[in-house]
Amino acid sequence: MALYSEKVMEHFLQPRNVGVIENADGVGEVGNAKCGDIMKMYLKIDDGIITDVKFETFGCASAIASSSMATELIKGQRVEDAMKLTNQAVAEALDGLPAYKMHCSVLAEEAIRSALEDYQSKNPNG
Amino acid sequence: MQIYADNAATTKMSEAAIEAMNDCMRNWWGNPSSLYTIGQKAKEKLEEAREEIAAIINASPREIIFTSGGSESDNQALLTAAAKGNRSGKKHIISSAFEHHAILHTLNKLKKNGFEVTLLPVHENGVIRLDELEAAIREDTCLVTIMTANNEIGTIQPIAEIGELCRRRGVIFHTDAVQAVGHLPIDVKAQNIDMLSASAHKFHGPKGVGFLYARKGIILQNLIEGGAQERGKRAGTENLPGITAMAAALKEAAANMERDNAHKTEIRDYLIKGLSEIHHSALNGDAKQRLAGNVNFSFEGIEGESILILLDQMGISASSGSACTSGALDPSHVLLAIGRIHDVAHGSLRLTIGEDITREQADYMIDSVKKVVAHLRSFSPVWRDLTEGKKEFILK
Repeated sequence: MALYSEKVMEHFLQPRNVGVIENADGVGEVGNAKCGDIMKMYLKIDDGIITDVKFETFGCASAIASSSMATELIKGQRVEDAMKLTNQAVAEALDGLPAYKMHCSVLAEEAIRSALEDYQSKNPNG
Repeated sequence: MQIYADNAATTKMSEAAIEAMNDCMRNWWGNPSSLYTIGQKAKEKLEEAREEIAAIINASPREIIFTSGGSESDNQALLTAAAKGNRSGKKHIISSAFEHHAILHTLNKLKKNGFEVTLLPVHENGVIRLDELEAAIREDTCLVTIMTANNEIGTIQPIAEIGELCRRRGVIFHTDAVQAVGHLPIDVKAQNIDMLSASAHKFHGPKGVGFLYARKGIILQNLIEGGAQERGKRAGTENLPGITAMAAALKEAAANMERDNAHKTEIRDYLIKGLSEIHHSALNGDAKQRLAGNVNFSFEGIEGESILILLDQMGISASSGSACTSGALDPSHVLLAIGRIHDVAHGSLRLTIGEDITREQADYMIDSVKKVVAHLRSFSPVWRDLTEGKKEFILK
């Protein structure tokens, strides 16, 4: 049995939405180098809709794949819907993660939420 | 291109070892403990293997017992020295910070039974210092256990000097030589080694078999009770196919050692030179006092498991000390022991080459690693912070 699902490998080998958004409306960074995973998310939001999202990740294959999948899941969503993104949804969309890698999907959820909260704090009236 | 560069994890069995194993399974399948001819023929094969292995490390056949491998040998050696120490009220053991877990976990068990353990530092170059060992030896020290060569960074310890010191101070010296047997010349007499652990699959023998050398006069403590095999020190019908294959593999490795090491050293140094061209990287462990086949680098700003999976896609099998490769939270204790902080210990890559490595394969590995490192750095937030000056580089 392979370590990772085909979906994880696909998102690791060809990650979607890689990069940086200059003057992003929301930026979130979670994790630390000590633990071996850091994710940074950049959001472009127009009229409460996520029109663009980019990520940068330092971490293992499942961390990179989780970041990529999370960006795909929230792209085009309304901010309030994206706030509901769960790590389970990320892991399921990747056809599962090994048990000891589930924290990578948690990190992806937290990175998205952190970027959304950054946006909300800058735009208190929505 | 397919390149197996993880020979410290395991090696491919040699043709001679496969041949010996098949021959044994087909023709020498008797139980060495049986008194009829078929059994006694098997017994002859067993003793022949013991003699061959003993000769290679300059031991007597009686000083070799066959085990299931390195971990069992390590456990038995440590428990033997501890039992002896216990009887004379000596409950202090000296080891090093970067031993294999078969040693460290056994030491933890002994600590719970009232033993005190001193772990010597291994410094930035991955080598213990004799003056620190000498200073650590006490009246109640019953054992010094220091590995011959490290499994992750390949650094070689001054075994003969340690042996001489321990003999002079009357302390039992055990060495975990799992990475060294078949790769470095070993002479248990000249090096004053009291006990030594070895594992067949690290020198092109089969898995699940190894041996423990214990100098005459050391009464081994059993881990497995039962029949009288191995002079009563390790019960269970002998794994004769494994043992004969181990002897065949070791004979071959010993015969070709000088030639193989010269070749591997040349390719190793070529790999080190090539990978050093990657900015903000560093070789882990001493550049010269290391196994001929070991290359271990840390690359700043990226994580090791990603490196391995991308290299696997390019046909290269390698290893890393990153926590993510093992499911642990901390990166390799070996890299932490030589002073690499977590951030760069996660970004490590170990390439352990075999005898058949070619210059073309080395070029391909250097090129592939360069590509992989550049790719992963291109979207690493850590790398961005480093290059934008928001964080200080650790590796210059």
